[in-house]
Amino acid sequence: MPLRLATLAAVLMLAGSAYAADKIKVGFVSTLSGPGAGLGVDIRDGFNLALKQQGGKLGDLPAEIIIADDQQNPDVAKQIADKFLKKDKVDFMTGIVFSNIMLAAGPAVFENKTFYISANAGPSQYAGEQCNPYFFNVAWQNDNLHEAVGKYVQDKGFKNVVIVTPNYPGGKDAVAGFKRYYKGKVAEEIYTKLGQLDYAAELAQVRSYKPDALFFFLPGGMGINFVKQFVAAGLSRDTQLFAPGFSADEDVIKAVGAPMMGIFNSSHWAHDMDNAENKRFVAEFQKEYGRLPSLYASQGYDAALMMDAAVRDVKGKVEDKAALQKALEAKRFKSVRGDFKFNTNHYPVQNYYLRVVGKDAQGRITNKTMGTIFTNHADAYVGYCKMK
Amino acid sequence: MTQLILEQALNGLQFGLMLFLLAAGLTLVFGIMDCINLAHGSLYMVGAYFVAAAAQAADSFWIGLAVGVAGAAVLGLLLEVALFRRLYRRDHLSQVLATFALILIANEAVRAIWGPAAIMLNPPEALAGPVAFPLFGEEFFYPAYRLVIIAVGLAVATLLYLLVAKSRVGMWVRAGAANREMTEALGVNVRALFTAVFVFGAALCALAGGLLGPLLAVQVGMGESVLILAFVVIIIGGIGSIRGALVGSLIVGTVDTLGRALLPTLLRATLPADAAATLGSALASILIYLLMAGILFFKPQGLFPARA
Amino acid sequence: MAFYRPARWQRPLALGLFAALVALPFVLEAFDQSFYIGFATRLLIFALAASSLNLVLGYGGMVSLGHAAFFGIGAYVAAICQQAGINEALFAFPAAMAVAGLFALAVGAVSLRTRGVYFIMITLAFAQMVYYLFISARAWGGDDGLPLAGRMTLAGFSLAGDRPLFFASLTALTVAMLLFGRLAQARFGRTLQAIRENETRMEALGYPVFRYRLVAFALGGAVAGLAGALLANLTGLASPNLLQWMQSGTLLVMVIIGGVGSLWGGVVGAAVLLGLEEALAGLTEHWHIVLGLLLLGVVLFAPRGVAALFGRRDG
Repeated sequence: MPLRLATLAAVLMLAGSAYAADKIKVGFVSTLSGPGAGLGVDIRDGFNLALKQQGGKLGDLPAEIIIADDQQNPDVAKQIADKFLKKDKVDFMTGIVFSNIMLAAGPAVFENKTFYISANAGPSQYAGEQCNPYFFNVAWQNDNLHEAVGKYVQDKGFKNVVIVTPNYPGGKDAVAGFKRYYKGKVAEEIYTKLGQLDYAAELAQVRSYKPDALFFFLPGGMGINFVKQFVAAGLSRDTQLFAPGFSADEDVIKAVGAPMMGIFNSSHWAHDMDNAENKRFVAEFQKEYGRLPSLYASQGYDAALMMDAAVRDVKGKVEDKAALQKALEAKRFKSVRGDFKFNTNHYPVQNYYLRVVGKDAQGRITNKTMGTIFTNHADAYVGYCKMK
Repeated sequence: MTQLILEQALNGLQFGLMLFLLAAGLTLVFGIMDCINLAHGSLYMVGAYFVAAAAQAADSFWIGLAVGVAGAAVLGLLLEVALFRRLYRRDHLSQVLATFALILIANEAVRAIWGPAAIMLNPPEALAGPVAFPLFGEEFFYPAYRLVIIAVGLAVATLLYLLVAKSRVGMWVRAGAANREMTEALGVNVRALFTAVFVFGAALCALAGGLLGPLLAVQVGMGESVLILAFVVIIIGGIGSIRGALVGSLIVGTVDTLGRALLPTLLRATLPADAAATLGSALASILIYLLMAGILFFKPQGLFPARA
Repeated sequence: MAFYRPARWQRPLALGLFAALVALPFVLEAFDQSFYIGFATRLLIFALAASSLNLVLGYGGMVSLGHAAFFGIGAYVAAICQQAGINEALFAFPAAMAVAGLFALAVGAVSLRTRGVYFIMITLAFAQMVYYLFISARAWGGDDGLPLAGRMTLAGFSLAGDRPLFFASLTALTVAMLLFGRLAQARFGRTLQAIRENETRMEALGYPVFRYRLVAFALGGAVAGLAGALLANLTGLASPNLLQWMQSGTLLVMVIIGGVGSLWGGVVGAAVLLGLEEALAGLTEHWHIVLGLLLLGVVLFAPRGVAALFGRRDG
């Protein structure tokens, strides 16, 4: 059977025309276990919701989604990617949450000329010198949300800031992004182990610097524990917390509760954004899963919409890589965050907003959009990208 | 600076006491039964899940803790009777393989029952904030929940000490650790003693897991990292010795916390900032292993060898 | 346990297996299943690593729970060589063996003074030390590991693609198995096995027990280093996860399943474990439970492992 398929494919290729696939296979690899699982689960649920709204189809073709858990482990992700590419022969891949996992799995995907639609990880490497025609990021470049926080902290005149991030590429991007717009004094940059959960020692250090603001980027369970322990240590009285949207979204708010109140954070999307697509997405997500969507869910949702639009554009001929790339670049879907377009490095150019955690009209603790920090903001690496 | 040092010392104490709860059971199983139990960390994980599940069902952390610890004790009993009894007389290799298999089973069973995502527990409402008291004219803050953990840890350590050092059962346990055959010959029901010790160790695991739940995360794989630390503790302290486990726990807890907190700062005084940060974190993470190697070099049986 | 002695039919079986393995990539390619060439390569590499542990554990009787350290160091040395601009495996692989072997020599020199549980624990602790060292070494990627830009070259030929690395791994395993087979029956192997059986007696007979064990321990470490270097080429990443103690446990499990102290123990164990993984993972998400139960079954009912069925034992 596989032999015959191969022969068929060879014959078709000899004929010189890309054939329309009878179904679209998507390899979805994400962090679905451990403290980072909340992020992967939200991306998956957002993706599945979009798929459900399309009747289980992508671009009018039946879609098959193969889901695998990378366990937040680069080796495992690499093995899964190999399996998706060589055994399952998927048409698209998506789902990876963490940049270090992305950097491990990426080369095999690109070498195989398979399109990767990132619904989260946006490492600086793939935005700059290592940019790649097969990589699209439908979310943001890692630095962007941190840049927005940096700009806000700078504008509000904070003078003594401590930064806490995990010691991994995303963390370093965070510090770089924050400092690109914040020019004041940084008392200390504290790098913790990725996945660390007890911050007692670090919080004691923070106290000794007496900062007026603390910027932290700790995705998933790390951020949950950090905020809880920060408030429990009594630090919230003198120090204002700032975070990128990832560390202060619905998943974290739900787990932490009241201590989250008053955290300022930046995002390219918010559940209270006023457009028809977003209202439908938020309402149906709540109906389907019984919780408010996070920005990860919105990114997963957008990733599915993006594939859907592109497959429809090429009329199902996903083998024609050049045409598919053009279709993806054209971005013909309506994003729940409002309009944005892709830059030459396949990263979005979009607005970034300030949000604050507080109680909404129904008494729920949730994010409220306060204003716009950046308009049509691009990333800092696009100049290094040689792709046209 | 006083605030910083005192706070870090308390952090070290808190960490050390929790390690002690794990190491106490492990060192006895090790010492008396000469049995390597790699799955000790899995008992800690399963115990934490029991506590988390019971706390969520009862909507009370303390009821959850009690129910969870009892549940872990029952599980310990079942494991001892069904499996460990068969392993005591086997070689270390079989024990390593069997308990490694238990780790795989426990991790996967927990994943199947509670799902792959971590459970984030909250401490009881009243303990969620800081406690403040005056210190050298300044206000000293410390998280209330961590103080409670320290208090519970100290209470359990005292109880254990009295039990092992002063009671008749404790005497048997010490005798068993020093010389199993002789104790048996003297008419002690070693089999029942083994079971009791194992069950007690399992309950302590669950207590540690439950108490740490709100500070860490209840998740698959949480047992493995802590298991290694417990091993280091009992090797430093001397296998089979409760006193050694206590001293070893406090040493490891303090050295690890202080190293993590102070080394980067100290090194910065002599090295450029970037090198200090790298070297500091590297040194801090291997400090306890260096300590262990150093202690084993001078005292190959640990600080308080149980066997004569 | 008794001395290793190969059964008469082992040689034709091994030759047959070798021939089948040589043909394997071509067969798989013909059926468009090239994914499984990578899988087979992985299997060969783990067979090599497990066999190196079998030398230490099976022949030497040393229950080391830190073998992953040497495996991982090998992977890192390969990646670091490439980072330094040396892309030639003829240099990088021996370098990986040398560094892993020397490190094993140092670890062994300290650990082999202890016995029983203490030996297990101290090897474990040394491995953890290496693990944390690499995790905090930012120059070598820290938590993320050190990626290889591409596969290395071997004597000028690129290892890129499925086939070249498969054959490189097959060659390494074949050479190692020939070496171990010879060693097991040579004076060195005999002495080592005798020490395993009765250390005090061998000591009394005047054998330098410590030195014999140390050499075996270092040799095992060096071969594990080679396996690590091959694996780094396969996955394109030297990852700290290779150094984790669960990895040591997995290697140990392979050896025990396959049969401690029989020449083919490591190979059979790696094949069984990885094969089970591939087969069970397709059936159920929770295949670890099944695997765990199987292992318990092996401990309780078949303590000599699967490969015991293949080797003739006397005594």
